[in-house]
Amino acid sequence: MTLALETRALCKSFGALTVADRVDLRLEAGVRHALIGPNGAGKTTLVNMITGRLAPSAGQIFLGGEDVTRLSQAARVRRGLGRTFQINALFRDMSVLDNVALGIAERDGVGGRLWRPASAHVRVCAEALELLAMFGLTDDADRRVLDLPYGKQRLVEIAIALGLRPTVLLLDEPAAGVPSLESHRILESLERLPASIAILIIEHDMDLVFRFAQRITVLVQGEVLCEGAPAEIADDPRVRRVYLGERRG
Amino acid sequence: MKRPAGYGADPTIRWTEWLPWIAAVAVFFLLPEYLLFGARILTYILFALSLDLILGYAGIVTLGHSAFFGLGAYTAGILAARVGLHDPLILLAAAAVAAALLGVATGAVILRTRGLTQLMLTLAIAAVCLEIANKATPITGGADGLSGVTIAPILGLFRFDLFGKTAYLYCLLMLFAFWWVVRRLVYSPFGAALTGIRENTPRMHAIGAPVYRRLLIAYTLAATIAGVAGALLTQTNQFVGLNVLGFEPSGELVVMLVLGGVGRLYGAFVGPLAYLIAQDVLAKQFPQYWYLGIGLILVLVVLFARGGLLGIADALAARRRRRGMA
Repeated sequence: MTLALETRALCKSFGALTVADRVDLRLEAGVRHALIGPNGAGKTTLVNMITGRLAPSAGQIFLGGEDVTRLSQAARVRRGLGRTFQINALFRDMSVLDNVALGIAERDGVGGRLWRPASAHVRVCAEALELLAMFGLTDDADRRVLDLPYGKQRLVEIAIALGLRPTVLLLDEPAAGVPSLESHRILESLERLPASIAILIIEHDMDLVFRFAQRITVLVQGEVLCEGAPAEIADDPRVRRVYLGERRG
Repeated sequence: MKRPAGYGADPTIRWTEWLPWIAAVAVFFLLPEYLLFGARILTYILFALSLDLILGYAGIVTLGHSAFFGLGAYTAGILAARVGLHDPLILLAAAAVAAALLGVATGAVILRTRGLTQLMLTLAIAAVCLEIANKATPITGGADGLSGVTIAPILGLFRFDLFGKTAYLYCLLMLFAFWWVVRRLVYSPFGAALTGIRENTPRMHAIGAPVYRRLLIAYTLAATIAGVAGALLTQTNQFVGLNVLGFEPSGELVVMLVLGGVGRLYGAFVGPLAYLIAQDVLAKQFPQYWYLGIGLILVLVVLFARGGLLGIADALAARRRRRGMA
């Protein structure tokens, strides 16, 4: 079976500092896979390498069986790779609708059209509104994204990525900075994401991780410590020691 | 009007957008003694409009935009004075092509850099162009400027007159044509993408946008329009001097745009108008210190009206709306 996403012996060093050391990651189509690890474990670096924002020092990245290691970020997105950012990376002064529509337009290849007004691209606007409805943001479509509460901004992040119709979606701490009362809304939204998308989620909220993920990879100091089902990870004494703390379970 | 762009923006031309054109036509009939000055203002509005496309919408900070303006001016001047091409529209087209070629060649390099490096490179390009114009005296006239520029009647019918009537209407028509083009661009998906690049370049990469290509297209278009503006200046003045090139005209243009309001389309109209009129009035009143007046206006705008003069107008209109609702 072709994997949706695979990394083979992926390495990244900054001088003498190794932040990713022979990382092997395998995501099947439609899987919910979590990547956890203490701060500085190299999780975001790994995501940045997968998306093409950072070039790996060694190793390979495959998307749908195709080697994309040397492809640009844009080329990887066109091949079905979407991502959200750990810290909101929105078009702050633009409307919520525009934030989502920009991505859809790029996906449909109309983002560079020079003549017809953007609002005349009815399909782009309609799809953006559908996505906003899916995340309960219809009433906020015309608001400046910066004026939204932080939790809703996180949802816009996910809506933008989803607008790219990814086959693989990398969610970098989708609940980061969201008050615990609102994080359930993030989880509900994540659970409603299409089942066909392989999702790699990085998250520090362990409740969210263990409720959402089918597989978990634990990364420590740039190396894969272990990988398995949530129950296996929770019972693994090495994980308890380095990350979860002895109290869990 | 604030930053028109995006998928939710209505592209219909509002009645307020006709006001500059109505005012410009009124000037033609009511202030015939100021038509040459008016043509100069219209030329600088076109020049500022081209800068707004890259600075206001795409977020490319440049201090070298005069390179394209100057190249356009010298291309039109040299072809008219040295080659014997006198048709104004052909000269405009030649200036546009020359500026576009310089735009694509320099843009291909500078758009690979960011921040201070990019700013210094734009400055260097303008400085190199100035030095070439200064040294190539047999072609450009060097420090004495290029005289003997003869322009044929437009379409063989409309001769450039001493009072600037033809020049004014010619510049007004050209400005209208390019305003319409720029307005279409701003409201298009391309315009929305440029705004996206200015707002958040990493996110644009993450949604798969070819950022570099988009910037290069915008930069080349802006260079082309600046080249046309330069050619218009040559045709209305029938002379080209070194003052069209280098840091000073580039910086002056940025000041004009900041004064009017960056990234607002019509800031490019208000800024040069306010700047050039203030310069004219202050230079008559205080021949030695007029720059001080301009400087004070700029300081006040930067401190208290970040959106420029149009930003003040927006704020006043918003306050009036709030009072109306209360």
